[in-house]
Order: sequence, then C-alpha cells, then structure tokens
Amino acid sequence: MHSNAYTYRFIIIITGVAALLLSLAATGLKDRQDFNRALDTKKNILKSVNLYDKEMDPAEIEESYKSNISEKYVTDVGEYSDNAEDLLLYEYINDGKIEGYIIPISGKGLWSTIYGFFALKPDKKTVMGITFYDHGETPGLGGEIEKEWFTSQFPDKKIFDSENNLLSVTISKGKSIKVDDYHVDGVSGATLTTKGVNEFLFRDLKSYENFLKKSIQS
Amino acid sequence: MANKNLPIFTDPISENNPITKQVLGICSALAVTVKLDTAIVMTMALMFVLVFSNVIIAALRSYIPFKVRIIVMLTIIAALVILADQVLKAFLFDISKQLSVFVGLIITNCIVMGRAEAFAMQNTVKDSAIDGLGNGLGYGVILILVSTFREILGSGSFFGFQVIPQFIYDQGYANNGLMLLAPGAFIVLGLIIWAQRTIIGFKEEN
Repeated sequence: MHSNAYTYRFIIIITGVAALLLSLAATGLKDRQDFNRALDTKKNILKSVNLYDKEMDPAEIEESYKSNISEKYVTDVGEYSDNAEDLLLYEYINDGKIEGYIIPISGKGLWSTIYGFFALKPDKKTVMGITFYDHGETPGLGGEIEKEWFTSQFPDKKIFDSENNLLSVTISKGKSIKVDDYHVDGVSGATLTTKGVNEFLFRDLKSYENFLKKSIQS
Repeated sequence: MANKNLPIFTDPISENNPITKQVLGICSALAVTVKLDTAIVMTMALMFVLVFSNVIIAALRSYIPFKVRIIVMLTIIAALVILADQVLKAFLFDISKQLSVFVGLIITNCIVMGRAEAFAMQNTVKDSAIDGLGNGLGYGVILILVSTFREILGSGSFFGFQVIPQFIYDQGYANNGLMLLAPGAFIVLGLIIWAQRTIIGFKEEN
C-alpha cells in the first residue's frame, strides 16, 4: 500500500506531465488549425452564395474568395464605414456588380454557439443561401441544420413583408404548416436548436435592418 | 510474434470482439459508420489512444497508487484523446468536423477504460501493446463492416465513389434512407452479431 504523500506526489506529476504535453501540442499545432479554420470560414462564405463546389482545393477556395468577396463594415444606421468595430458585411461582387450580401450570424443553440452565414440577393430581401458551420449540436438531431436538405429550403424565401417590416425566416416546429415565403420545415428532435436559430437569425438581421432597408427605398 | 502472444492479438478480432461479443463502444460504432472514411479515421484515432494508454499504463502499473488508479487512467486516456483530436483538427480538418464530438468521446469509450483496467494493469508493456492493437483492430473491423453496408445501401457509394450505377436508379431503385440513421446501424450491427455468433457457435449463458 502506498502512503498518502506518495499518492499526492504521483497525481501531481501525472497531471503536470499531461498538461505540459497538451499545451505543447496545442501551441505547436495552432497555426495549422487557425489556417484550417480560416479556410473553412471562407469556404462557407462562398457556399452561402453558391460559389463553392466539393472539388475545390484550398488554393482555389482562396482564389475564388479573393476575386469574388469583399469585406465591408456598416454602421447601425446603415452607412458604410471603415471602423472595424461596426457590423461586418461581405459583398459578393462579380464584374464590379454586387451580386449579393452576406451577413455573419451566430448565437446559442441547445449546447453550443452556432456560427453561420446568411446571404441575400442584391434586392436585400430575398434569401440567396444560408450555411452553418462550427457548432456543437447533437449529430443527427440539432446537427442536421448544417445539412443540405435543411439549408436548401432557404433560397428565395423573403425576410421583409410587403409593408417593409422585418420578418426574418422562421423555422417551424416539424413540417411547416404555413407554406409561404417566411417559413421553412423544422428538424424533428431539434426543437431547442431551431428555436435558438430563429432567435439569433432575427436578432442579427435586426441589427442590419437599417442597412437592408436603405436600398429598398432608393 | 511468439505463439503465446498470438491469442492476445487475435482473440479480440473475432472470438472476443469488443463490439460484437462484449458489446462495448456501441455509441461511436453507431454514430460514425455512415461513411467509410469517417469510420476508418475513427478507428485509427481509437487505435492510437488504445495502444498508447495500454503501453503507458502497463509501464506505470507498479507505480500507480491502487486507490486512485481509475483517476490516473482517465488522466492518461484523456490526454491522449485530446492529443488525437488536436492532430486531426490540424491535418484532417474536414473529417474531424464530421466526427465532431465523437473523437472527444473516446475518453468515455468503455473499450479503452476496460482494457486499461482488465489487461494493462496486470500485464507487461509488450503484451499490453499487442492487446491494444488487437482490440483496436477488432473495433475497426466491425466499424468498417457496418459502414460498408451503410454507405452502399444508404448512399449507393463506396469510399465516396458511386458504385450503384445510374441505370438501376432509372429502374426505380432508391437509396435506403434508414441506413443513414442510427436505427440502420442497429439493424446492421445486430445482423453482424447474429452471423458471428452462428459461425463461432456462441451461446448466451443462462
């Protein structure tokens, strides 16, 4: 039988060694992981405006991102600005013409913070696409939000009603009863995840509302 | 490999398979077997953790204070799992995203803990390494079998390549969506266990 002092010493050494090894591994691999994460973000921005296909390699993703997407900032009142603390907005530009606006969205699901992109057509009220990446929802249930069968329901939905009030797109519970421009089918078994998505999608669109309304009037 | 060691290696692959015989590690076996590539990466991650946790625990077995041995094992296993997860995130980012939480959940995979407690604590480093390898392969064989069935029947592909030709779809054939969901894995796994028990003549004790 070992003494208590030995037990304490042993545990301290084991945890110390494990912690040291893991911090070395984490710092050593950080650059590659950050690179992967940045690439994945770009991939998802491209995906939200249908510029991505599975065959693309990292260099092509960088290339396509560089030539099609430009990063902008807008203020609460809807003016463009240079201040990095304002709202981040990506513009999809093709031949010098704006083809779409991409809004970063994020918020709480059931277990985790969900990150995604929401793309609008140049009219600023018709949905072009939506993607979700980086989330920790239950695979097979809440995790289904990132699958194509779910996200492919969004294109051509509308976020403003005829009086120009922001409605956002709402995910129904189960199959959508209302077949209209503002609802999509839900994911069974993922009530809380989709409730979270509904909340943060509306909230994030709300903060861009002034910007989105601006061009509708002009 | 000496004759004495051979059963340590081969037993867990067939007769004493961790999944089909001991019914351990089912959770991940159901979750990551929709496609072959995720199943294989998962197998490699588990094998890495299993072999190294067995080796480290066997090497330390006479120094580990008996009262806190489970905590020590968990610390070692958890460290290895996080290491595997970090490496996957750096080098196989897309697959690591598909595996999502399941790499992290290797920590709670009963196979790893079970082998540490039942084998590595009593045996030499060499035998423990062989045992880890054998159990990892036993896990992998079943994962690969299940995912082969699920990918072909559920998506019509094998390693991502379409194997069911278009003209069969034109005749009205459709992919079986059930195979992509967890119940599909249960059914395939159940059939595999049935087939295996029939072949080796295993009977449940009364």
